[in-house]
Amino acid sequence: MERETISVTVNGRAYERAVEPRRLLSDFLREDLRLTGTHVGCEHGVCGSCTVMMDGVTARSCLTFAVMADGAEIETIEGLGSVEAMHPVQQAFWEKHGLQCGFCTPGMLMTAVELLKANPDPSVDDIRDAISGNLCRCTGYQTIVESIQYAAKLMREDGP
Amino acid sequence: MYPFTYHRPASLDDAKARLSASEDGRPLAGGMSLLPTMRFRLTSCADLVDLNGIEALAGIERGDGHVRIGAMTRHAAVVESPEVGEAIPALAALAGSIGDVQVRNRGTIGGSICFADPAADYPAGLLGLGATVNTDRRAIAADDFFTGLYETALEDGEIVVSVDFPVPARAGWAKFGNQASRFAVVAVMVSLSGGSVRLAVTGARSHVFRVPEMEQALAGDFSAEAMDGIAVSSEGLNEDLHADKDYRAHLIGVMAKRAVRDALAQ
Ligand code: FES
Ligand code: FES
Repeated sequence: MERETISVTVNGRAYERAVEPRRLLSDFLREDLRLTGTHVGCEHGVCGSCTVMMDGVTARSCLTFAVMADGAEIETIEGLGSVEAMHPVQQAFWEKHGLQCGFCTPGMLMTAVELLKANPDPSVDDIRDAISGNLCRCTGYQTIVESIQYAAKLMREDGP
Repeated sequence: MYPFTYHRPASLDDAKARLSASEDGRPLAGGMSLLPTMRFRLTSCADLVDLNGIEALAGIERGDGHVRIGAMTRHAAVVESPEVGEAIPALAALAGSIGDVQVRNRGTIGGSICFADPAADYPAGLLGLGATVNTDRRAIAADDFFTGLYETALEDGEIVVSVDFPVPARAGWAKFGNQASRFAVVAVMVSLSGGSVRLAVTGARSHVFRVPEMEQALAGDFSAEAMDGIAVSSEGLNEDLHADKDYRAHLIGVMAKRAVRDALAQ
């Protein structure tokens, strides 16, 4: 099958690659760009672990063809922060034990970032609604909700 | 997934040309339903025509007595639209009840109605509000649009351009969603316009349908109590691991009342 050449900006860096049209954005990120921070759980739009930002809003990268991201700006967990300089959401998940195995975490963090951009002081219900598309098999969600509340507090105090 | 050739037209005319040139072409909207079915190899096509590059297909406009929503308008845009929120708040509520935030960011009204999932929300919105579907070649009333399980009145290569929703005097939305997927187990859209009532149910049969007995009762007295004693038969209703047909029949009564209360509260 003929390959399509696409240009995608990921975490501020421009990439140009030839991909098969059926290449999923999730596989493109993980295998072509070797950005393995984005996780793939169910590969059919149920678990949310593959959530990335596409042009500023969350999207499931397993339900997006890489060719659909031609010209788009993608942000993944790798762009959020580093071990030395964590994003407040990462800091909060670390301090409040918002993860156990960590499989759901990249998607949870991207979803939390989107929520906190729109709603700096979310209620528990707002948080549970926002992460309803992200499954976690470890934490029981309690510590994730607490982490996002704490992240909101950190961000309100320090600015984004 | 089976391979396909990808097309990204920038205009509706270009999209039409590419679809009609293909033996086995299919339009791609948000991809929220099409991609999983392609992944499972339940469907495939030789040519996938991506409508995401056609700007003219997205947008919301308040017209004379109606709201027009472009086919490629994302659910999130309907939720946030001041025009929809002011004219038909029940439609904004419907859009906000679809899936989760990641789905609402990508999924489109055109994609939802063309896929015609038996548990999708928008079909009830269209039928309950008496909407009209505008395609590249004609206008189709919602009553004629949904024809069966994943079936619509669309012809081969026909592309939905927009949907016109008449602004009702009142409308209400009530949904009993599956906790995990948030697909409707049963959901109801009811509307009142100039003394006539439309009440549409999704999730309960192969495709969306109206309930004439309830509509007649509500036309005389638009209150939840007006439907007391009206039982919907469970014959022909869907059964799956989430709900059997008797439970769904019961839910239709409950959701219809909640939808009327929602309409009265607005
Ligand atoms: S891997 Fe994309 S939703 Fe599960
Ligand atoms: S921490 Fe293991 S799945 Fe969420």
